[in-house]
Amino acid sequence: MSPVRLGPKISGLLAAATTVILMAFSADDPGDRLRDPAAEAHARALFRDIRCLVCQNQSIDESEAPLAEDLRKIVRAQVAAGRTDAQIKAYIVARYGEFALERPTVSLGNAVLWGAPFLVLVVGGGGLFLHRGRAAAAETPLTPEEEARLERISVPPT
Amino acid sequence: MTDELGAFALYFALALSGVQVLASAVGRLKKNATLRGAGEGAALAAFLAIALAFAALMHAFVTSDFSVLNVAANSHTDKPLLYKVAAVWGSHEGSMLLWCLALTGFGMAVAVFGQGLPSGLKALTVATQGGLGLLFIGYTAFASNPFVRLAAAPVEGASLNPILQDPFLAIHPPFLYAGYVGFSVVFSLAVAALIEGRVDAAWARWVRPWTLAAWSCLTVGITLGSFWAYYELGWGGWWFWDPVENASFMPWLVGAALLHSSIVTEKRGALAGWTAFLALAAFTFSMLGAFLVRSGVLTSVHAFAVDPKRGVILLAILAVAAGSAFALFAWRAPGLRGQGGLFAPVSREGALVLNNLFFAAATLTVALGTLYPLIRQALTGEAISVGAPYYALTFAPIMAACLIILPAGPLLAWKRADALGAAQRLSAAAVLALAAALLGFFVLQPDKLGPAVGLAIGTWLIAGSLTELIVRIRLGQVPGAEVLRRLGGLPRGQWGMTLAHAGLGVFVLGAAFETSGRIDAAEVLSIGQSLSVGQYRLTLKSVSPVDGPNYAAERAVLAVTGPGGAAPDVTPERRFYPANRQTTSQVAIQRRGASDLYVVVGERREGRRPGWLVRAYWNPWARLIFGGPILMALGGLVSLSDRRLRLGVGARAARRTQSPLAGAAH
Repeated sequence: MSPVRLGPKISGLLAAATTVILMAFSADDPGDRLRDPAAEAHARALFRDIRCLVCQNQSIDESEAPLAEDLRKIVRAQVAAGRTDAQIKAYIVARYGEFALERPTVSLGNAVLWGAPFLVLVVGGGGLFLHRGRAAAAETPLTPEEEARLERISVPPT
Repeated sequence: MTDELGAFALYFALALSGVQVLASAVGRLKKNATLRGAGEGAALAAFLAIALAFAALMHAFVTSDFSVLNVAANSHTDKPLLYKVAAVWGSHEGSMLLWCLALTGFGMAVAVFGQGLPSGLKALTVATQGGLGLLFIGYTAFASNPFVRLAAAPVEGASLNPILQDPFLAIHPPFLYAGYVGFSVVFSLAVAALIEGRVDAAWARWVRPWTLAAWSCLTVGITLGSFWAYYELGWGGWWFWDPVENASFMPWLVGAALLHSSIVTEKRGALAGWTAFLALAAFTFSMLGAFLVRSGVLTSVHAFAVDPKRGVILLAILAVAAGSAFALFAWRAPGLRGQGGLFAPVSREGALVLNNLFFAAATLTVALGTLYPLIRQALTGEAISVGAPYYALTFAPIMAACLIILPAGPLLAWKRADALGAAQRLSAAAVLALAAALLGFFVLQPDKLGPAVGLAIGTWLIAGSLTELIVRIRLGQVPGAEVLRRLGGLPRGQWGMTLAHAGLGVFVLGAAFETSGRIDAAEVLSIGQSLSVGQYRLTLKSVSPVDGPNYAAERAVLAVTGPGGAAPDVTPERRFYPANRQTTSQVAIQRRGASDLYVVVGERREGRRPGWLVRAYWNPWARLIFGGPILMALGGLVSLSDRRLRLGVGARAARRTQSPLAGAAH
């Protein structure tokens, strides 16, 4: 059987089904890639920081959705135009809001998010440090009578 | 008929759980052995009833009884038998029934195998387990009943989501649920001990085996899910910091912390309150996980059986169970103070406390990353995302610090340890780790820092674990026969720990390498054309249609030439499932050592250069990512088989001490 005869038929079904696909195949069109490998790598790094807004929790690097494809084109064009990461992200945020950033901004609104884990370490570590002082204080040396009693009841090993 | 039997068994199990709570609690109160026994009998009967209900549902799926709504919505006659069986837990209703099966199973296990438990503690544990049963079986029976009949049965079912039709995913939920729900026993033990007012070393001895069992199952479950995502979602990712993954990861982290803190409570009587707190927290995070996964409150790549309305009820169950348990803790915990043995900061206890501190911070990171977007949206209405880059900046350094101190812990003595001595013993491991880092930094291209750090930490963990083993058997210090004798005499718990810690090292090696060393390539290929990925060259030989049992596929055949010459062909497929009108990608993975050549075929492209979109990835050391956690789970099981922890050993040991002659007769 020739693949050419049946191929398009199946492809047609596949295309019809694409709309209901939940998953994605990192569907980045090779034709869209930037010629300069360094710029392409830079764009790829940015893709991982930008969320596909219509997907189930994927970055635009991973998603096959048309929106992700458009966003990839925008990012590539801006990288090629020599804009900085900050400018590109600001452009994305201006259009789609902070929701589009995979890495939340370090801002007052996210203070708990960024700070709490490290606060736990600092407070916990501080607590341990204080406990150390207390444990040392609580451990009083034995009195001579106790020493003598310990001597009596200790059985030498062997 | 079997369907009605199943429904009846489900309601009957609910009634039995009520009996279990009442009989056990009153039996404890009145110190009545008959009532306590009745409570245990009810626990056993509740398990049998749920098992019957589960069997009835499985029967409906296997026989494709489409008059049952759940079967009609999730099954199909063309589906292979394995996936008919797996579809039982593929839906919301079925998965809750699986949850109840695990819950009553563990309740039964406590009742039947917990002979060594003090009678009062046991009765209260069985009662609490019954209380959890009431909540979850009640939810299943009234809000999520899988036995609902359809007035008019359809001729054919809607089938299971095709990306769930996979052997690994079929067995993933049972492991995951055994892990999630296994923590319910620890939860019930903690509630019972708090009511009794005795959280001590003997109690911790009972907590440990259940924690080990639950944690090992959870480890296997998460690993299977991760492996599934790796080859099924089609771009080689294995962990996405996705809410559903985080939901399973939080109880895992708390469980790991509990494993370590309960050692301190068992051996030294210290940290009793904290251990009880973790015991409550582990199952609370399990319930939170069930809520997050099933309510669809967070979007996820893994969200399959989601229902927001019922999510509210799950949230209420979580609030009732966890709320009352933590209220009890707040009331009783202050009375637990002042029992534990004192210890210096540099000691085994000190190291384990530090471990718990890191785990607490790491768990908080995952919890915040998962829930903060919800909180922020509720408070300010602003939507934010928390993705992988957040965890790379918070979770990764916290855990890295934890892993750096890890090998020192087992080398430190209880109470007060010699830090310098431990450092000396670890010097060889440190040199090895440093050498690995330097080698990685100078040999690997182009991304150097990630794999170099990963190599160093992974080597450090593996070498550090082996160092501890070498110290224990005194290799090189005593004659060979003595070394062998010591090796044979090592307790299983020791082997378990070494395996688990070394497994963690193996995982770190894989994760660091795969993440920073992955190479990918994508080209539109027509027949005869090829593309290169790393050292491999793939040539498209043919693309032809293939018929599967319940799908039609396009199969591509690609010839592979690598550094060692020609390798076997790879055959990625693109499958279309008519019942769901869904397409999935069947990835072709060729394992080369611990690394994977990963090939995906996309749809046919027309236009200037017609052909098929082929993506290829070289995932170095990817198999270590999954092998490491399996070693960790094995470590847990080996530890569990330790004589010390075997169920009932406590009672036998107690009897032996009472009659030394009987002991001598053995």
